[in-house]
Amino acid sequence: MIEVKDLYKSFGDADILKGISTSFEKGKTNLIIGQSGSGKTVFLKCLLGLFSHERGSISYDGKIYSQLTEDQKRDLRAEIGMVFQGSALFDSMTISENVMFPLRMFTTMSKAEMENRADVVLKRVNLADAHNKMPSEASGGMQKRAAIARAIVNNPKYLFCDEPNSGLDPKTAIVIDNLIQEITEEYNIVTVINSHDMNSVMEIGEKIIFLKDGLKAWEGSKHTIFKTDNEVVTDFVYSSNLFKKVRKMYIEENQ
Amino acid sequence: MNYLHNIGLYFLMIREMFRKPTKWPVMKHLILKDIDDLIIGSLGIVAFIAFFVGGVVTIQTALNISNPLIPKYLVGFATRQSIILEFAPTFISIIMAGKVGSFITSSIGTMRVTEQIDALEVMGINGLNYLVFPKVIALMLYPFAIAIAMFLGILGGMAACVYGGFTSLEDYITGVQMDFMPFHITYAFIKTFVFAFLLATIPSFHGYFMKGGALEVGKASTTAFVWTSVMIILLNYILTQMLLS
Repeated sequence: MIEVKDLYKSFGDADILKGISTSFEKGKTNLIIGQSGSGKTVFLKCLLGLFSHERGSISYDGKIYSQLTEDQKRDLRAEIGMVFQGSALFDSMTISENVMFPLRMFTTMSKAEMENRADVVLKRVNLADAHNKMPSEASGGMQKRAAIARAIVNNPKYLFCDEPNSGLDPKTAIVIDNLIQEITEEYNIVTVINSHDMNSVMEIGEKIIFLKDGLKAWEGSKHTIFKTDNEVVTDFVYSSNLFKKVRKMYIEENQ
Repeated sequence: MNYLHNIGLYFLMIREMFRKPTKWPVMKHLILKDIDDLIIGSLGIVAFIAFFVGGVVTIQTALNISNPLIPKYLVGFATRQSIILEFAPTFISIIMAGKVGSFITSSIGTMRVTEQIDALEVMGINGLNYLVFPKVIALMLYPFAIAIAMFLGILGGMAACVYGGFTSLEDYITGVQMDFMPFHITYAFIKTFVFAFLLATIPSFHGYFMKGGALEVGKASTTAFVWTSVMIILLNYILTQMLLS
């Protein structure tokens, strides 16, 4: 479980995060949503330790990140898997080498063991035939799946995804969403997804945090988001006519 | 103020580069890859330039010695001194700042833009040790490239001299062997080691700490070339003053 208490972050005079408190549980897909500039990416980077925060605390299963030594932070980071918005696969390596990379860095596995493990996770993300492809030869969806495979290859406790659906067609986006949800349940990990894809919110948002101007404006799930009266949330989530109709139908069906 | 900040950041980068070392089997692979990219991949252009510039130095020296009282073997002597003291270590290093430096900046800068460096950091890997340290070690072999440049420069001078009819082969070889001071070679290699360190670290600094997108990668490469050249010229002066005067 990840617990965030009263998190503040600023860049110069600009306050980006203004006291966010929340928690992310194991086995659930947690979504952070909000408009561009609401502080989602900064929040995610604070969670990952890429940005240091001024006040507040982030604890991973009771271990407060800012109180850890450099070695403890490194050990903790080995338990984190991350899927970047642009996949961030290493250009100079094949997809298989990318997936084996965390194993090469953090384990003492033999080459055959690493290849076996890479094979298992690549099959899990339906990329069994892409071992020897370079990232530049793979489609956007394949790159995202390879990034997910790399993120889970070392059995992480925590999985972070920064806009995993950006740049993907709707069908592939749903495949990626479902894959992340299945992996979260299967591996019983804490998954935090940064997204502004409303399809993802409705499909896999077991816990949703809505950020606005660096503050947590709302917290709920894909079920409660249909019923909320919070105008800030409804303005954002139901900005399209399609989603307005979906919401209306959902409320009518559940009355 | 920004310059001071960058100088401080550069030295912090050097310190950070030696912390949290990458596993040796991985590091060994990275060093060998960088030796191939940075040294072996540059030998062709180094050899080509050294041979022909050696020839040009010889022709110009020969053409400017019009006084019949000056012995012809001085052409070989002047060529050797020019190539060993300045051309091979300094001029080739500035060319390498363009070739190797821009390669380093653009490759690391592209990794920054495409979040590959963030991916390393999230995994708990020291990005500076993983990316910059192997380049520093690989470029410690740079003096071998400079030794080849010295040899080919003098050989190019000999070819130009003999086939151009400026002096005889015997005169040229006599000049090359005349008043040879082994310390000049030591001086040239001390300079080369310092320049190798600059060639690895300054472009890496500009790539690693760049901000922005593809356009900024290009700008960072240009800036890296300018600063590497400036530092090579500046340290060339300081080292020459310290070691030869």
